Amino acid sequence: MAKMTGAQIMVKCLEMLGVEYVFGLPGGVILPTFDVLYDSKKLKFILVRHEQGATHMADGYARATGRPGVCLVTSGPGATNTVTGLATAYMDSSPVICITGQVPTHAIGMDAFQEADIVGITRPITKHNFLLKDVKDIARVMREAFYIATTGRPGPVLVDFPVDVSRAITEFEFPERIYMRAYRPSREIDMEQIKKAAEAINKSKRPCLYVGGGTIASDASKELREFVEKTGIPVTTTILGLGAFPEDHPLSLRMLGMHGSAYANYTVQRSDLLISVGARFDDRVTGNISKFAPDAKVVHIDIDPSSISKTVRVDYPILGDIKPVLRELIPLVKNRRQAIKPWMKQIQEWKKKHPLRYNQDDSEIRQEYVIDQIGKLTDHKAVVVTGVGQHQMWTAQWYQFSEPRTMITSGGLGTMGFGLPAAIGAQIGRPEKTVVCIDGDGSFHMTLAELTTAKYYKIPVKIVVLDNGYFGMVRQWQELFYNRRYSASVLSLLNPDFSEVAKAFGIYSVQVRKKEDVVAGLKKILSHKGPALLHVLVKGEQNVFPMVPAGNALDQIMDMA
Amino acid sequence: MKKHTISVLVENHPGVLARVAGLFSARGFNIDSLAVGETHDPEVSRMTISVTGDEKVLEQIMKQLDKLIDVITVVDISKGNPIERELVLIKVSANPQNRNDIMQIVNTFRAKVVDVSPDSLTVEVTGTESKIDAMLELLRPFELREVVRTGLIALARRTELAPPPKHADELNAKKLKGKQISSAKKHGGSAMLCVGKKSKGKSKKSK
Repeated sequence: MAKMTGAQIMVKCLEMLGVEYVFGLPGGVILPTFDVLYDSKKLKFILVRHEQGATHMADGYARATGRPGVCLVTSGPGATNTVTGLATAYMDSSPVICITGQVPTHAIGMDAFQEADIVGITRPITKHNFLLKDVKDIARVMREAFYIATTGRPGPVLVDFPVDVSRAITEFEFPERIYMRAYRPSREIDMEQIKKAAEAINKSKRPCLYVGGGTIASDASKELREFVEKTGIPVTTTILGLGAFPEDHPLSLRMLGMHGSAYANYTVQRSDLLISVGARFDDRVTGNISKFAPDAKVVHIDIDPSSISKTVRVDYPILGDIKPVLRELIPLVKNRRQAIKPWMKQIQEWKKKHPLRYNQDDSEIRQEYVIDQIGKLTDHKAVVVTGVGQHQMWTAQWYQFSEPRTMITSGGLGTMGFGLPAAIGAQIGRPEKTVVCIDGDGSFHMTLAELTTAKYYKIPVKIVVLDNGYFGMVRQWQELFYNRRYSASVLSLLNPDFSEVAKAFGIYSVQVRKKEDVVAGLKKILSHKGPALLHVLVKGEQNVFPMVPAGNALDQIMDMA
Repeated sequence: MKKHTISVLVENHPGVLARVAGLFSARGFNIDSLAVGETHDPEVSRMTISVTGDEKVLEQIMKQLDKLIDVITVVDISKGNPIERELVLIKVSANPQNRNDIMQIVNTFRAKVVDVSPDSLTVEVTGTESKIDAMLELLRPFELREVVRTGLIALARRTELAPPPKHADELNAKKLKGKQISSAKKHGGSAMLCVGKKSKGKSKKSK
């Protein structure tokens, strides 16, 4: 058996675990590992300009491919810069592996230079984390880290790697099997529960499917479609569930929740059976929880037991991975089209009366218009990555998603600045796809340093900056709830010219100020070979509707005048 | 609102206590008392956590605890009339005039005097929480100087809380694309349960 250093073992493990890309930034105590990485033929290293970018890239890569994304950073500030990215991945159940350098074991706790207790800091925002204290543990810990991150409800795992452990030498043996007593992600599906749920589904008169990101994580879109086509039950999705079910399908109700379609929200509120598939009843989805779907019995399919009955009382819990659960459920459910005819008629009326709409005749550039055009120009098949704010909600409303893993957005944590780095990661994972980062001026500004990364590695992301000169969502809330007092939300005078910024980074860019130039501008950047940015100066004061103000029941909806 | 005693078996790893304590504070659950110690298996520790809350809160606490990777088993043992004990050391002011009165209380509760000084007595008492509360109530008029409680420990009467065997896993080879990882089938079917108790070993026994 070959003797190897800890750093060599770490890199070898990543290679053997099938990792292709590592996102990161070097620093003092992680140098032994970077030195080994320098010679690796299998790992491609992507150098970022800020560690937060590395975590979002790994996250975007993971969400676009379903494979774990890996980042490698140094101790102290390098490690603390990953905190936002890890929290983002944790909230949205994304498999990210973060390896952080650490000061030598004998210096831990001594307030050494660039020391931070990153294991302590990230304990509540990772699925699990490890501190490597012995070179002999590296291979096992890396196996466990990948296993934990990718199984059950996926999530980020951090491995803290002290520099003396990376220099220590031992015999390397890759553990064929790992033994874990306390972690048991796969459970047997309880057929009794499935039967009970199927019975409820076959009896319900006003059923509705409520689909979340778990469906995509479980690669269960095909099964979902089969279920829907067999039963004829309508489908609404959460923001993370977008793409799990094609939105142009007649049974699609689009997104629900705070900025969901009015008809989705009415449907959920009046339903007698809500079938939740890999969703967690987030407050942005349910509105006022005490008034949520008052007549509905709830079926909840989820792999995480702690999600079940956390906020909403569940009548038919089904614990398990969505895909096999739906597989078992499909033969037991019946075609409900006849039985739910009056219900579907009612939904059609809501659809007709309260469609998603915007003023298409507006002479100014509305954000919905731009996103609508992006959807059409990319045939609704691009991988779309967003920042957080108004543009994110409009993207969810107007892109019209048709495939899973094509909507990549920070839903749970709401991390502004997620867009560009996550888009770079997604593009690296899906090189054959068009990847469009739809961003706002506020969000884009937060992580735009990663333009360098896109340029350096020639990553052909298409960035559309919808510049309204505000923190738009903040301004909207201030307009509606704070008497139009725009405290710290006006950016227009301070914003740089983002097309010039892109140029300075060496990135092809186009600026558009007139509505009639939007499509041409989009075509220019979409047909450009490398990374490209379209800077669109959009209408300033514009609100996202429909809107369910926080605290309202889901059917108490504000719509545009 | 009811008092519950939760017995938790955890991997005897550094940081486990912080994970459990952090979970309680992050999710806004209150701990009434917490006692931790190694079990007969040195790889496993037992935490006895006493909490107050309604059924819904309790359900979340148990599920969230169970979700922690290092937590092996979580059981609410309060239902089966468990054996519960707490140990307390009480330092109480004493003088020649009232020393006998204190001794009477100590004897009534079958407690023990473990230290005597000219102006104080230190008493050791074990028992259920209610017994200890009662004794403290009676000693209070004599001026309590210092009290230290271990927190509740408990065992269920008939059932035993045993950690399940470690299970082996062939990292989901398909998802990870890594061709170097041998598939589960090579090592005896799709069964993931492994009986071999020795950790990290090369036990090929599988069931």
